[in-house]
Amino acid sequence: MTKEQADNGRDDMVIDGPGQANAVPDEFNANYLRIYYGKLFPHADMFKWMSYGNDGKHPGCDKSYFGRREFSFTLENDIYIRFQSFNSVTELENSIKEKCPFKIDIGPVYSVDPAKRHAYAQSGDNVFTPVERELVFDIDISDYDDVRYCCTGADVCLECWPLMTIAIKVIDTSLRDDFGFNHILWVYSGRRGVHCWVCDGKARRLTNEQRAAIADYFYVYKGNENSHKKISLPGLVLYPFLARSYTEVLKGFFEAKLLPNQNLLASEERYEKILEMIPDASVASELRRRWQENKRASMSKDDINIVRWEQLKSILQSGKQKMQGLRRCVEEIVFSYTYPRLDMEVSKHMNHLLKAPFCVHPKTGRVCVPIDPNNCDEFDPTTVPTLSQLLEELNRGGPRQDAENEWDRTSLGESVTIFRTSFLQPLLKSCKEEIENSYNAKLQQSKNALSW
Amino acid sequence: MEVFQSHRKSSSNNVIVSILPFYRSAPPLEVRLEDFEFFAMDRLRVLKGISDGLCRGKKPEEMEKLVVDLWKANMRHPQAVEEVNKDIISHFVLRLVYCRTEELRKWFLSMETTLFRHRFRLESSEAQRALMSEFKLPYKAVSNAEFESVKDKLGQVARSMGQNLAAADAIFYKVPFEEVPDLVSGRRVFIHKGHAYVAMNQVVSLVVTQFRSYISKALILTNRKWTSTIREQEKDRLTPIVEALCTSYLGPDYSQPQEFGEISIKDIDQVAKTSFPLCMRHLFEKVKEDHHLKHGGRMQLGLFLKGVGLKLDDALAFWKAEFAPKVSAERFDKEYAYNIRHNYGREGKRTDYTPYSCQKIISVTPGIGDHHGCPYRHFSEENLRAALVRMGLSSRAVEDVMDKVHNRHYQLACTLTFEAVHGSSCDAGINHPNQYFIDSQRVLQSKNGSVA
Repeated sequence: MTKEQADNGRDDMVIDGPGQANAVPDEFNANYLRIYYGKLFPHADMFKWMSYGNDGKHPGCDKSYFGRREFSFTLENDIYIRFQSFNSVTELENSIKEKCPFKIDIGPVYSVDPAKRHAYAQSGDNVFTPVERELVFDIDISDYDDVRYCCTGADVCLECWPLMTIAIKVIDTSLRDDFGFNHILWVYSGRRGVHCWVCDGKARRLTNEQRAAIADYFYVYKGNENSHKKISLPGLVLYPFLARSYTEVLKGFFEAKLLPNQNLLASEERYEKILEMIPDASVASELRRRWQENKRASMSKDDINIVRWEQLKSILQSGKQKMQGLRRCVEEIVFSYTYPRLDMEVSKHMNHLLKAPFCVHPKTGRVCVPIDPNNCDEFDPTTVPTLSQLLEELNRGGPRQDAENEWDRTSLGESVTIFRTSFLQPLLKSCKEEIENSYNAKLQQSKNALSW
Repeated sequence: MEVFQSHRKSSSNNVIVSILPFYRSAPPLEVRLEDFEFFAMDRLRVLKGISDGLCRGKKPEEMEKLVVDLWKANMRHPQAVEEVNKDIISHFVLRLVYCRTEELRKWFLSMETTLFRHRFRLESSEAQRALMSEFKLPYKAVSNAEFESVKDKLGQVARSMGQNLAAADAIFYKVPFEEVPDLVSGRRVFIHKGHAYVAMNQVVSLVVTQFRSYISKALILTNRKWTSTIREQEKDRLTPIVEALCTSYLGPDYSQPQEFGEISIKDIDQVAKTSFPLCMRHLFEKVKEDHHLKHGGRMQLGLFLKGVGLKLDDALAFWKAEFAPKVSAERFDKEYAYNIRHNYGREGKRTDYTPYSCQKIISVTPGIGDHHGCPYRHFSEENLRAALVRMGLSSRAVEDVMDKVHNRHYQLACTLTFEAVHGSSCDAGINHPNQYFIDSQRVLQSKNGSVA
């Protein structure tokens, strides 16, 4: 069954043959979700993550920490409830199973339990205010519609998905090498993009101003319909982060993949967009003239895009070019097509709510699975497990004795494993250390204060 | 008194008290009540000058010069100790004045921070370093070895900003990136593993941020103290001074016309056309048209004319002649002459009344039949535009003026009008109708070599 057929709302099971007895129509509905939340959604892992080591086992743990986190649920009929909070994994799990939210968002950790917020002031000393929140990023491929010709809007295919892959590489490398963050979770948003959760203690405690500074650091693409030139790279050389991104990721991807796959220089309509970015009209005219003469693809077996790109580069980068604006033109073109386009507002404010990993996207049925940044080239959005697929896999397995770890016998198993090994376990280890160190430091302090 | 003292090696054994106080605590000095007010007014001139400069979009280099000039003109004292005392005392008095509402605090914080920033930049680098440690910024200078290892990257960052890594900048500070959000967001520092390498000249950013945050907190505390104890305690002594300070006009009072000596009655018509600000032109035109002005208008125009240099006898003759069609000579002597003589200090308590400043004129509310007040504030848009056109402004100039009016910057609007009419700039801005007149006469005299 295709997605279009499912959208027509057919309810009946299609039995094609013996192997289809377990077949589950490709749909998204509350019943499927209920089973998903009952057997597959990793409640305990989410709880461990959100507790950041405050599981009560160490005297330095903050037992109120998990209870001060805001969750919000979007229920079946677009009913939206905010400021949900829970004091234990059981409360969290029961509430999700009972309410069966179509979407779960995670908000900040507040100064007090959100359920008690009305008892606190808006300003002054005793306030209800966010105190911790992961540093988050949201990248959406529909923001790249002006540079991909294979799909538009919410559609994604293997030709254009690599734009997300390189965005992950650029941002992930910078978060680690430049900012020194270590505990970073990348998640498929379920349809057309990726989310990034930076979970280091330092990141969670960033102020709005600091978040804005990081977002601005990443802000290079300043595009809207009105500007021709959306990237401007002044200066004699590129800033180290930009230079590194260019040489390690963007240049190679542009020249080897995007340029030929999207035929960026093959037709007049498409090459005009690039010629528009060249500030020297005479250079642009020269290229235009050459390409117009050469409309019929030559007998050369080289891809026409690549041939033309080499011509463009050789003119712009030749020693003869004196004009200031031409200095970085080649890089600017590459950046404008490939550099990550972040949603700045998402990152700048502590109170921004972001969809939780392992939710199911209502329009595609796909699970929001983690993406391993070290292997992001391998990630294929078209093969991400869907809700109905997972239920089918559950059916196939037959009844099992232990209700634990049902995800293990489905395609979700791989995702949960990635989540645990590459993200959760190292994070929790680091959190425990932090709690211990901070506790010992406080002990030492009070000992010093008493010892006179 | 916590004045930071920099130990400069000098030929004598005296420690030279230099620089920038941080205003950590109120000085335990005895201050004369007059000094309380006058020191504050001098500092307020500096802050208002800065405010004006910022409003007019001055570039950083221009602002730096402005700050130097303002400080020299208002705060200098031959003895360094006295200068520092005045600096500190005036700051603390203004804290009392400007702590009282959110808007006042914001303004004061912004101006003091700008003032501090420019003064800090002008300090020598040893002084700056000493100040940094005073601020307890625990940032170590980067060791030579580490510098060598990151030198390339530091150079790259400098060149990306169009600068060069000068030998003088071999001093870098390593700070957590969170401390310098401005530098991070503008990609003006090299960051690696969460540390930013801040050049000496960027250190200003660090220190100013600390200063700003400190003053911001201090203002809140001051406000609490003010409302809870000081205001009541000081209601007969300091409170009236404090409350009057933030709205006071600080320029010359123009009660003694000096520069152009006397203007005689036959000159008035001519100078009204060329050198009167709009408010006075309007009143002047109205008195000619209606042969009458109500009290508010008579006061505003009358005192202005006195400031312009019209002697009492000429004033009496002027008003009498203008009112003649409606008011007989006898009635004039009975009902109006006394007030005019009163304005010139020849009657009653013999106060020599001073011409109104812009602040005062803007703040009145003209009623029906009144023509005084500030036209930029009180005229309808239509009438104001027509009046500006009659003054000879081009439509472009009219738009610029109206823009200021819409933003409620009435004095800036008048300044722009002055500049448009005279074809020269008025850097100081218009604060007083008589200042407009004097500046106008100056410009015209320098153009024609005679009184216009």
